[in-house]
Amino acid sequence: MRLNFINKLLLSLVALFSIGNATAAEGTGCFGPTKEKEFTANEYISHHLSHCTVDSPLGPIHADSVFYAVFMAFLFLFVFYRFAKKASAGVPSKGQSFIEMIIEFVDEQVKDTYHGSSKLIAPLSLTIFIWVFLMNFMDLLPVDMLPKAGEMMGIKYMRVVPSADLNITFGLSITVFLLILYYSIKIKGVVGFAKELAFQPFGKAMLPFNLLLKVIEEIAKPISLGLRLFGNLYAGELIFMIIAIFTAGGGVMYLLDLGVLPLAIGQFILGLIWALFHLIIILLQAFIFMMLTIVYLSMAHEDH
Amino acid sequence: MSLNATLLIQMTVFAVVVLFSMKFIWPMIMEAIEERNKSISDGLAAAEQGQKKLSEAETEVNALIKEAKQQASTILDQANTRASGIVESAKSEGTSEREKIISTAHDEAQQELTKLRESLRKEVAGLAISGAEKILTREIKPSDHKEMLDKLADKL
Repeated sequence: MRLNFINKLLLSLVALFSIGNATAAEGTGCFGPTKEKEFTANEYISHHLSHCTVDSPLGPIHADSVFYAVFMAFLFLFVFYRFAKKASAGVPSKGQSFIEMIIEFVDEQVKDTYHGSSKLIAPLSLTIFIWVFLMNFMDLLPVDMLPKAGEMMGIKYMRVVPSADLNITFGLSITVFLLILYYSIKIKGVVGFAKELAFQPFGKAMLPFNLLLKVIEEIAKPISLGLRLFGNLYAGELIFMIIAIFTAGGGVMYLLDLGVLPLAIGQFILGLIWALFHLIIILLQAFIFMMLTIVYLSMAHEDH
Repeated sequence: MSLNATLLIQMTVFAVVVLFSMKFIWPMIMEAIEERNKSISDGLAAAEQGQKKLSEAETEVNALIKEAKQQASTILDQANTRASGIVESAKSEGTSEREKIISTAHDEAQQELTKLRESLRKEVAGLAISGAEKILTREIKPSDHKEMLDKLADKL
């Protein structure tokens, strides 16, 4: 996979500059003490790329991703529900205006593209837009802030950006894919959908080829959706980590140490520049995920 | 970096969040927005209606004012004619009155004059007689010559 390649490339670049020659293996597990000895750059990165993994009857679960994703979902629901409960047709408060602005923006995007009657598409798009944005926003927090706090509470590994976890992005995109299948079958019927898969775009004579093409086309949708978001956020997170290698997670604590102060300042400036760029990326990725969901679902509604 | 049960949890959470926002968030906010839009458009329509009514009322008022002006000028004309008529009649009445007064005064003066002349004549006659008496006291007796004296008085 390309992203894995990039990941490995970045890691080996980092390894070039690091003093030690540790392996880039990700840690497993979740709780327990972090080793006291100072990290090499390589170890620092792989430590930060390790999920807090707990076992469950269904298999391992990334507890950190789930926690932050659910936390952001609650934040979204809490804020929007509060305003929805108070929503009145009178003169809106500033907060209500802001919420309504977002809702109207999403509604506009949906109405521009989707012409069906489903009541699900618009709230689905809103949820994706805000939730993905909030999850992406975690990337702008200093990389070591929450993991360090976690270490103090005995959590060994913690990744705070849920959308930099393939499970989370695929969780969204596969759900969208299931909705695509649901609406395709609901609108066109099983037979209609099967016909569309088999007889388009090249007619009945090319049935196997059509089928192959169509199936790949459909399957590419959730994969591209999930990978696009994951790739952007994973790369963004990794770059923040690489920038953080300047002080190897020491951050503000090194501001007092004159020997490392230039490094800390360098980390701050680079981190600031990347954060400003990344601010655009996280909003854009949330928007793209929403727009593509709308487009895919309206395509599922179109009967040829 | 591997797919595991986190995926299933995320899908479940996603479904719940979407259902919640579909049931409890989207419709309520959308309703408020649509209601406000409606009241705003109603308000705008009402304002337009009001504007239209205002202009209609204005034309009506203008017509009324024009009519009133016309009426006023007619009334003014009538009043003027009437006034000049009254003045005219008053003038002629005055003139006739004056003439009447003058003629009455004239008559009275004439009568007075006649009366005065009568009394004057009588006095003159008396004076003449008394004069003549003084002259003729002895020769003429009033009783004897009364007839002649009366004739003389009449002649004077």
